[in-house]
Amino acid sequence: MIPDELYYTESHEWVRVEGERATVGISDFAQRELQDIVYVELPEVGKRVKKGDVLCSIDSVKSSAEVYAPLSGEIVEVNEALNDQPELINKDPYGEGWLVVIKIEDPGEISSLLPASKYKEIVEE
Amino acid sequence: MSRYIPITPRDREEMLKALGLESEEELFRSIPPDLRGKGDIDIHPINSEAELREYFLSLSRDNTFQDKRIFLGGGAYHHYIPYAVDYLSSRSEFLTPYTPYQPEVSQGTLTATFEFQTYMAALTGLEVANASMYEGATATAEAALMALRIKRGNIAVASSLHPQYRQVLKTYLEKQGVDIVEVPFGEDGKTRLEHLRRFDNLSAFIVGYPNFFGVVEDLDAIQGVLKEKGALLVTSTWEALSLALIKPPGAFGAAIAAGEAQSLGLPLAYGGPYVGFFATLKKYVWKMPGRLAGMTRDSQGRRGFVLTLSAREQHIRRQRATSNICSNEAWCAIRVAIYLSLLGKKGLRNLALLNHRRAVFALDLLRQAGFKPSFSSPFFNEFAVDLGRDAEEFRRSLLSKGFVAGYPLGRDYPNLKNHLLLAFTEMTSREDIKALVKEMEALK
Amino acid sequence: MKVIFEYSREGKKGFHIEEEKGRDLLPEDLIRDEVEVLPEVSEREVVSHYLRLSVLNYSVDWGFYPLGSCTMKYNPKVNELVASLFTEAHPLLPEEMVQGYLRIFKDLEEALKEITGLHTFTLAPAAGAHGEFTGIITVKNYLEARGERREVVLIPDSAHGTNPATATLSGFRAVEIPSDEKGMIDLEKFKAALNDKVAALMLTNPNTLGIFEENIKEISRLLHGVGAFLYMDGANMNALLGQVKVADLGVDVIHLNLHKTFSTPHGGGGPGSGPVGVVEKLAPYLPGPRLVEKEGKLRWTGGLGRIRSFYGNFLVMVKALAYIKELGGKGLEEVSRIAVLNSRYLRKKLEGKFKVSYPTETLHEFVLSDETFRDKITTLDLAKRLLDYGFHPPTIYFPLIVHGALMIEPTETESRETLDAFAGAMEKILEEAEREPEVVKTAPHKTPVGRLDEVGAARRPILTWMQYLQEQDQS
Repeated sequence: MIPDELYYTESHEWVRVEGERATVGISDFAQRELQDIVYVELPEVGKRVKKGDVLCSIDSVKSSAEVYAPLSGEIVEVNEALNDQPELINKDPYGEGWLVVIKIEDPGEISSLLPASKYKEIVEE
Repeated sequence: MSRYIPITPRDREEMLKALGLESEEELFRSIPPDLRGKGDIDIHPINSEAELREYFLSLSRDNTFQDKRIFLGGGAYHHYIPYAVDYLSSRSEFLTPYTPYQPEVSQGTLTATFEFQTYMAALTGLEVANASMYEGATATAEAALMALRIKRGNIAVASSLHPQYRQVLKTYLEKQGVDIVEVPFGEDGKTRLEHLRRFDNLSAFIVGYPNFFGVVEDLDAIQGVLKEKGALLVTSTWEALSLALIKPPGAFGAAIAAGEAQSLGLPLAYGGPYVGFFATLKKYVWKMPGRLAGMTRDSQGRRGFVLTLSAREQHIRRQRATSNICSNEAWCAIRVAIYLSLLGKKGLRNLALLNHRRAVFALDLLRQAGFKPSFSSPFFNEFAVDLGRDAEEFRRSLLSKGFVAGYPLGRDYPNLKNHLLLAFTEMTSREDIKALVKEMEALK
Repeated sequence: MKVIFEYSREGKKGFHIEEEKGRDLLPEDLIRDEVEVLPEVSEREVVSHYLRLSVLNYSVDWGFYPLGSCTMKYNPKVNELVASLFTEAHPLLPEEMVQGYLRIFKDLEEALKEITGLHTFTLAPAAGAHGEFTGIITVKNYLEARGERREVVLIPDSAHGTNPATATLSGFRAVEIPSDEKGMIDLEKFKAALNDKVAALMLTNPNTLGIFEENIKEISRLLHGVGAFLYMDGANMNALLGQVKVADLGVDVIHLNLHKTFSTPHGGGGPGSGPVGVVEKLAPYLPGPRLVEKEGKLRWTGGLGRIRSFYGNFLVMVKALAYIKELGGKGLEEVSRIAVLNSRYLRKKLEGKFKVSYPTETLHEFVLSDETFRDKITTLDLAKRLLDYGFHPPTIYFPLIVHGALMIEPTETESRETLDAFAGAMEKILEEAEREPEVVKTAPHKTPVGRLDEVGAARRPILTWMQYLQEQDQS
């Protein structure tokens, strides 16, 4: 499942761009690879990240993965619901399982993200 | 062939043949020839069990402390261990398994570990505790590292924290480039709050509870200062029995309570193995080091226990792990669980009271003999005495009379060279205490 | 699975404490209430409870326990007796009163020096990972003393997770080096990563695939060429006892595991002991305290920093020394010889039906991949089914570089009959996977509990009895 209206990264994050806000999560493919997610270590609101920085980490029973910032900017919102229900990422990766909202610093970076068609090719490999 | 190897000469021949090898040396042919076959070990075997026992018995006769009356504490305490603790913990099923990676066949260790966690959380007054650490000093150092994961900044440590614990903290933290500042103690033996107030950008303050002088620190006042600074209170306790009588760190808002549980069921054994404990608040549990046992259910709904939150640990997170710790002191933790189960609610309280009252008895006698305590603050079962003269020399004179009269504080605190740290437990009888004070008085 | 708290009834007691008369000197507001969760249980019930718990455990004394890289060998019983002679000394006693205790430290240090050929040992570390930290900060101490700033520790991808975690804990950055097609460290990639920012390489030898790193001497030479050190993780020393001197391999620092190679019981995950040996030039940089001998008298002295309180897990050392003394040099050599013979024999027996990860010759352990069964069952399924056949499974899913790994280390203390029976069970499970895979997938069936819900345990952790009671109240 790879919604067309989103952007993606090679490290399996998705991005929904709405004006200067970018909502970030991990793809359906990534959540299936990780299996049952048990914990998300969310960043603090107000933190500035550069594209490629570690954004947060996601743990399942037997693995731990890092999520990278797909765009530079300030973190303006985090999905607090994941503290009690990390399984939302497994259930609804593109909806209730979102991770953070970044206030986009450099709209020029958006062009470096992958469209759904390109990401589909990567996942199919 | 050693009695521990159940392979016969005939097995050896047949197994080699099955491998298509001519000689056992060939088993090692993957080792380059210039390195192989040069490992001869020049150690003579002791062939019989009787001789082996005799060898160690004769070593044990080289010790001369057995007939002495000993009043040492300072991080290790002589308490009586009910025989049932030795009896149960020496069972092969507790002693010879490894880490409970296969929970279906490890419910014994896991359940007892869960009980240990419960006991440590209850004693410290905190919400969760881990399956144990190596010992008290590393538990304290790991507490500092965890505090830094919660809040960046400097680490302040009370200079009245156990000197060895301070050294370990320094060794662990300085390798990570973290600064440690020391907070001095005042004339009452307690942390000087006005000094603590001076430090900014603090992650946490680490204080002994009771501290190295046996003094019960004023955690309420300390926490008051820390709260203003947004810093965490971390306590370290090396006489865990004290927590059965004095208000626990959790009651004052401590974020982490670490320490040593040797007092609760482990022999002195010249310093180890002991067992560190580590307790914190539920909200910090993912930042904790060490193993955790958790309750869950099996496929048929039966209660069971597993190692949990493993993704924090080195075998999954590798260089991003919360610690490099791989094992704990599982067997020691089981002993603590058995010990506390036997002592129970009333027994542990009575034992703690007994320890305190015996120390008070000693203090009263010492006062009558003209000695005065170094600090006038509350203590549990250990306090320092001001001798008014060099404590090392004073203690040496008492050694010749058959007393190991505590620990001279001048070894770690040059300005306390006239002070002697004395500990009292249920193993130091009133008669021994009277005899000690009599000799001390004579030396005055 | 009942916990002790469920047996509690007011008025019972498990141990008698005489009430002490006298006065208290604690202010009222410093005194706590009784610790509520502590139970009131009789000694009889405490003994029953823990006895019943104990029989739920699988143990080495019960049966075969082939956990790779853990060396689950038999733990000689006389060593427990010997250790019981040394439980009473307080660690702060004057050294002249505990010369017998100190002699044990000294004897063990000397024995480990003789076994490895290294110059100096410290026995303080409480476990292997603690030894790693001790060894790596010794290197750091040395570099710092010379004003050198090196940031990187190189670690092969087959390494145990403690290695990279140790590098981080010691303030270094871990850089991973891939393995080559033989299962050894890739020499070319190692060379490419080597520069004057590298402090050390942490190498397990034989590595976690059971393979001897044949280029170890060359690796050491290259490291020394840029001023870096070779750290050997001695977890797998059981393969090398009496066969090679570690010092001859160009190793600068090693940690050993007394609870693996030297037979002390694992205790369900500790206490262990992880002595660290170093070459002469690193000796002054070891943390303290250090044992010195003068005119036949032993005493403690300084050292650089400190890694724990007191001197180490002493009782573990007594047991290890008893083991070394009983076996002697020849006996220790026989240990590695039979450990390798047993491992190779078992590998041979399994090779037809299972895929060995790398074709290279192995020593004391070997690793299977899931290649021959992954379309029917998982490695976890196979491991759980082994429990039904009365065996502890091998280490699974490690090393990470082998898909669905099963890491098998039989040790020297198993009979040929046991090895045959284990190989038989492994084959039988393969057949079951073919004919009735459900039986394997839902295993174990004969254990005190079945597969446990680990996801639930991690999502909503219940770590204490108080937490459990609270949850009960809420629901």
